[in-house]
Amino acid sequence: MSGTREPDCDLAVIGGGPAGLAAAAAAAAQGLSTVLIDEQPVPGGQIYRNIEGISGGRPDLARILGDDYGYGAGLAQAFRASGATHMAETAVWELDGAGGLGVIGPEGARLMRARRVIVAVGAMERPAPRPGWTLPGVMALGACQTLLKQAGQVPDVPTVIVGSGPLVFLVAKQLVEAGAPPRAILETTPRSNMGRAVGALPGALGSLGDILKGLRWIGQIKRAGVVIEKGVEGVRFTGDGALARVEYRIGGAEKSRDAALALVHEGVVPNYQLAEAAGCQVVWDEVQLCWRTRADAWGATSQDAIAVAGDCVGIGGALAAEAAGRLAGLDAAHRLGRIDAAKRDSLAAEAHRTIARLAGVRRFLDLLYRPAEEVLAPPDDDTLLCRCEEVTAGEIRRVAGLGCPGPNQAKAFTRAGMGPCQGRMCGLAVSTVLARARGVPVAEVGHYRVRPPLKPVTVDQLADMAGIEAEVAALGGLPTGSDGDAEPALETEGGGTR
Amino acid sequence: MFKRLHENGAKKVRIFVDGAPTEVPAGETVAAALLAGDDVHCRTSSVSGEKRAPHCLIGVCFECLVEVDGQPNRQACMTRVADGMKVRRQQGAGGGAA
Repeated sequence: MSGTREPDCDLAVIGGGPAGLAAAAAAAAQGLSTVLIDEQPVPGGQIYRNIEGISGGRPDLARILGDDYGYGAGLAQAFRASGATHMAETAVWELDGAGGLGVIGPEGARLMRARRVIVAVGAMERPAPRPGWTLPGVMALGACQTLLKQAGQVPDVPTVIVGSGPLVFLVAKQLVEAGAPPRAILETTPRSNMGRAVGALPGALGSLGDILKGLRWIGQIKRAGVVIEKGVEGVRFTGDGALARVEYRIGGAEKSRDAALALVHEGVVPNYQLAEAAGCQVVWDEVQLCWRTRADAWGATSQDAIAVAGDCVGIGGALAAEAAGRLAGLDAAHRLGRIDAAKRDSLAAEAHRTIARLAGVRRFLDLLYRPAEEVLAPPDDDTLLCRCEEVTAGEIRRVAGLGCPGPNQAKAFTRAGMGPCQGRMCGLAVSTVLARARGVPVAEVGHYRVRPPLKPVTVDQLADMAGIEAEVAALGGLPTGSDGDAEPALETEGGGTR
Repeated sequence: MFKRLHENGAKKVRIFVDGAPTEVPAGETVAAALLAGDDVHCRTSSVSGEKRAPHCLIGVCFECLVEVDGQPNRQACMTRVADGMKVRRQQGAGGGAA
């Protein structure tokens, strides 16, 4: 679609979190005409969501969210001052390997082309399929933090946090400071993780301050009366039409807690799908247990016009994402002829050092918070893996037994991954369950192929694009998918989600 | 299920949820407006009919599909409220059911 189209800009950056903001600012500073495309109305991504609104007008929330969040204000400010164009509230529904983009925003759908694209679409929380996880009242922990940042809302019903990872303690501390502490933290980190993580501790000492900060949070949470239970396994959510109770085991003993809200978290995983749709090679990360785009130190991928930066390439955290964004932005300026390699390298030195320093603590965190096997491959046959089409772990194991080799075949057999989320919620679990059933590595089983449109776009919106007829034809069978493999267009004239 | 920490100063708009008027701060998402109420479910599953509610709030999970001003399958977490907006909890696949 892009081959005949004149470039609209030198560089399109997709995503307005730390990686995208830093990439756009670095590239614009070297004279590239730069467009930042983001689904949110204001810069910040998930980590610094609504940072301008809060640092400018909500001192109460700024205090609760803390200095690490407040740091994002400078990034947003640098981006605003950079001269890059901000395409806000705009989603990318198509990306090809030559820099062609299909976008949809306040002015409708359009096609555009950039000489280079940096994909900086961040991460999502790892879906943790458990019995009852579709009940109203079971939410992602990050969703609770999103509500705090964006709407100043906190839970006002009996709440428990269920999960593992640094975000568990950060959000619990923030809820304590907001006067809305959870009743309990049910920590699902496997007890055996610590033994493996200790070996990585020396490498993490460069971030000793952050580790001590985490320990201080835990002290503050306990003093607020929050119960912290460790070694939690076998979590089930029960209730009639809404969550009423969380059932679990500790060391073989059955336990339960009443709760109307359970906030679940098992770490975060890259949003690899957009780069994959553009043809970039994706690999399985055996440490972080997720798919990520294969990229070099500058974020360059297997597709000439596409780079990636930040957590969508592999989880590194906000500061590493910012540094990676800067590297990708400088490399874009080099590849598009604005600066020579020597200047790129000198401007990049500090960002390279930041990434190297943070890699040590990341290795420690990856080992310490490695998800339990029961989260990766839910053992209970009745657990829904695919929330959209309600396909259970047992059904996936059954088709594996019939000889189904990978997720794309399982999709055809079971409809898993065929609903509106396009497999974003079930993909990791389906691949892992298939791999365990076949006794092979996840890398061998593979991942869902994703097809445009990657975000909801209606037939009417496509038809309204100026001069679009030939290009829509070239996309081939667009709104309903092609070979029965997917049905991604949500708002087709039939209007169905199935 | 959630409460707003403070509301003074925020401009309000009126939206209708299944016909019932409710005042919410301008700029909030439809999902946030629903979660500030008692009944947080936003749709029923098109497969089992069971109630579903917003889950991820970052546009990934598509659990929060609602009907907005007659248009089905809108992501409530990606849609900001507007004065007079009519939101309906979606039954099944949406598109004419409501």
